[in-house]
Amino acid sequence: MSPSAITDDPQIRARFGELKPALTSQAAVIEADRCLNCFDAPCTAACPTHIDVPGFIKRIATGNLRGSALKILDANILGASCARVCPVDVLCEGACVMVRQNRKPIQIALLQRHAMDAFWSSGETPSAKASSVKRLRVACIGAGPASLACAAELRRQGASATIIERRELPGGLNTYGVAEYKLRAADSVREVEMIRKLGVEFRYGLDVNSAAALGDLEKEFDIVFLGVGLGAMQRLGIPGEDSAGVMNALELIAAYKTGHVKELHGTVVVVGAGNTAIDAANAARRLGAEMVYMLYRRSEADISAFDFEYEHAKQEGVQFLWRRLPLAVKPRSDGRLLLDTVQVHEVGGKLLPLPDSQYTIECDLVVPAIGQSTLAELLQNLRGVEVKDGRIVADLVTGQTANPKYFAAGDCVNGGREVVDAVAGGKRAALAMLSAEVAHA
Amino acid sequence: MPDISVKGFAGKIDSPNPFWLASAPPTNTGEMIMRAFDAGWGGAVWKTIGEPVTNVSSRYSATDWNGQRIMGFNNIELISDRPVDVNLREMAEVKKRYPKNALIASLMVASNREAWHDIVTRAEDAGADGLELNFGCPHGMSERGMGSAVGQVPEYAQMITEWVKEKARTPVLVKLTPNITDIRAVARAAKRGGADGLSAINTINSITGIDLDTFVPRPNVDGKSSHGGYCGPAVKPIALNMVQQILADPESALPLSGIGGIGTWRDAVEFLLLGCGTVQVCTAVMHYGYRIVEDMAEGLDNWMREKVFKTLADFRGLSVAKVTEWKHLNLNYKIVARIDEQKCIGCDLCHIACWDGAHQCIHLDRASGPIDGHVELHRTPAEEEAESRASLAETPVTRKERAAAFAQGPYPTPLARIPRVDETECVGCNLCWCVCPVEGCITMVRVDKDVPPQTWEERTQIKQGSGIRD
Repeated sequence: MSPSAITDDPQIRARFGELKPALTSQAAVIEADRCLNCFDAPCTAACPTHIDVPGFIKRIATGNLRGSALKILDANILGASCARVCPVDVLCEGACVMVRQNRKPIQIALLQRHAMDAFWSSGETPSAKASSVKRLRVACIGAGPASLACAAELRRQGASATIIERRELPGGLNTYGVAEYKLRAADSVREVEMIRKLGVEFRYGLDVNSAAALGDLEKEFDIVFLGVGLGAMQRLGIPGEDSAGVMNALELIAAYKTGHVKELHGTVVVVGAGNTAIDAANAARRLGAEMVYMLYRRSEADISAFDFEYEHAKQEGVQFLWRRLPLAVKPRSDGRLLLDTVQVHEVGGKLLPLPDSQYTIECDLVVPAIGQSTLAELLQNLRGVEVKDGRIVADLVTGQTANPKYFAAGDCVNGGREVVDAVAGGKRAALAMLSAEVAHA
Repeated sequence: MPDISVKGFAGKIDSPNPFWLASAPPTNTGEMIMRAFDAGWGGAVWKTIGEPVTNVSSRYSATDWNGQRIMGFNNIELISDRPVDVNLREMAEVKKRYPKNALIASLMVASNREAWHDIVTRAEDAGADGLELNFGCPHGMSERGMGSAVGQVPEYAQMITEWVKEKARTPVLVKLTPNITDIRAVARAAKRGGADGLSAINTINSITGIDLDTFVPRPNVDGKSSHGGYCGPAVKPIALNMVQQILADPESALPLSGIGGIGTWRDAVEFLLLGCGTVQVCTAVMHYGYRIVEDMAEGLDNWMREKVFKTLADFRGLSVAKVTEWKHLNLNYKIVARIDEQKCIGCDLCHIACWDGAHQCIHLDRASGPIDGHVELHRTPAEEEAESRASLAETPVTRKERAAAFAQGPYPTPLARIPRVDETECVGCNLCWCVCPVEGCITMVRVDKDVPPQTWEERTQIKQGSGIRD
């Protein structure tokens, strides 16, 4: 699937201008020169994929941009998207020693992007080892970051990897679920194209949802890697949830990123206060909604969103309604919705409604954003793969599940973390498969 | 209030402060020098006057370092390209309007007595307070038998100095080239020739860099380059050493105008502490303009207040005697590095520097348990790095995880990342202190409490005396 498969809609592009513009070449060198070049750098240790951060930064300073990009890709094949979507405040930049000296941390994400942009403009792709005659064949289910990283690592080491994806575009949440002002869907697809050029095979439109389908895979491949993510968003479980005008956060984000929704009006209520909820709320504002509320059952201090995301939402003009629960959605004849809500307070760990605190919000769109549920149906079918609390149980280091033919990483194992965590998990799984292969040979 | 004026330098040159502009582009014209005096410069050495030259385009190049422009600067410009009479007419005008500032004429003519007699007379008639003989220019002029071609041959330098002294009524300074094995050879020759003072150092022969696309060194003059004269912050240590050599040598020592990488009052004070009477500045002015002299004068004044010095003479030369030959250094003086845990930011540059560039005595073992002793008792940096690359890291996504990831310990930096000095192995080399980016984090502490001082010379004399051979 080529990047041109994504419609580059000028309206969406205008509404979702890049949050952080790229550094100019000179600014990049100045910033790279600031880096102290720490020994065994804390930024590198904090990165789940352990990118050699000072290593790639100092290569920017000397003008060795190709070496810089290859250094990044060596550790993290999705270095380009991670540069855009990583919550660096709590990762590499948060670990930067500069802050202990009352100095701004090195802008690692922007420097990483600078190196990756240069690599992209050069048109080069990272190289893969020549494949051996009897090579390991691995099927990766899902074309999100975990599978992409796993497949890329396998190919780079000479094994064969096939990615099976039920949707029409690869990239998983990188393509369908990341706010467009951070990572454009087209850029995500372009990054996957680089992985395809490594020799990874992609099969689209295939939903592995039956024991028979799994059986077929087992026959064709030596190992099955599960990079299936979390699946659909959780339901609110309130009356009227299936009304027209209720659209969950991931649906909304995917719809505007693929050009299916270009404009919103009126009032939008997002239910939840995680990072995805914020992405949806900000998107609603940028798409034109005059009022965007975030409704959260607990207080400001309890939100799971990162601080910088919360600050960003406030800047976008999102309004917050704390300690309020949705009760029901009632469609009105004019097409608008009435969302009944109630104020709650916490008593002994339970949220209890306050008397006489019901309030009905007139709105045009209700966006549930209370986390993703797991792909229960699929998981039930995986013979011998242990599932606990909806998550696949896999070894943290090797990614191997209770069924030695099955490996897993990413959201379906960790319950929903960041792209970089999925990449790290996928890469570790690939390396474990390869070293097991060596051990058996 | 401190008095920063200079009185009677090299006999009879006065200036309101010790900051002079060196003979160079910033002193090319009378108009420029008058603006410089307005800005606060105490004196100026006029761009070298002689038979007008034709200069090339381009003329300058620089060495940048780590994002900082002009760590070092290089030029292939020659002496003044303006006629002698124009320069001298302007000089007379400047002297008339700025009688209190020191105005020095830098001179360079062909090596014959008449030419030197003529230019000396004309410069003094124009009102110069002193003369500086340019025996230093290392490029271009030297190919014509002038500049450093004179300065590299003590006999020539002495001879021309003598010719000049036959006519001169004002103090004569000889400007020395550093492009010679021992700068004292020419300093002594100048002194023998009757010079009243010296200026040092002139620029150092240099090629600053090569364009990696065209393979042409900089500065590029139509596809070719020529060695130039290097100056700017990079040359200060070389200049300080040469100044010390000259002023510690009785046969060379004369009133000295210090030159070489001076850009701040701190630099200037260092030259004055080594015995200079005035200092000359060029590169810093070419970089930032005449205005830098304001901070130079204020900074010097404030420093003198703090140290309770009333005049420049109160501290001039105080550091000369603090430079000695290696054989007179105390071998029993022992310092070790100490790291302030509250200031350490955990960059661990001291650790890697000590392991790869020094004596393997700074370790990352505070958390795992300190081990003192020789290198093989410790994990190597490569092992440490491999372990951290093999560790599992996850994005702290919940509030609880984030709180744990950024939890404050007893020190601002996690204990495992605060290096520890094994004082039993530390040789007190200063390397860690040099690389530490945090002011005051590493201090070198004296530990040789009860050992009497002993120098190498003393030690070898004792051994010879007792018949012990080393």
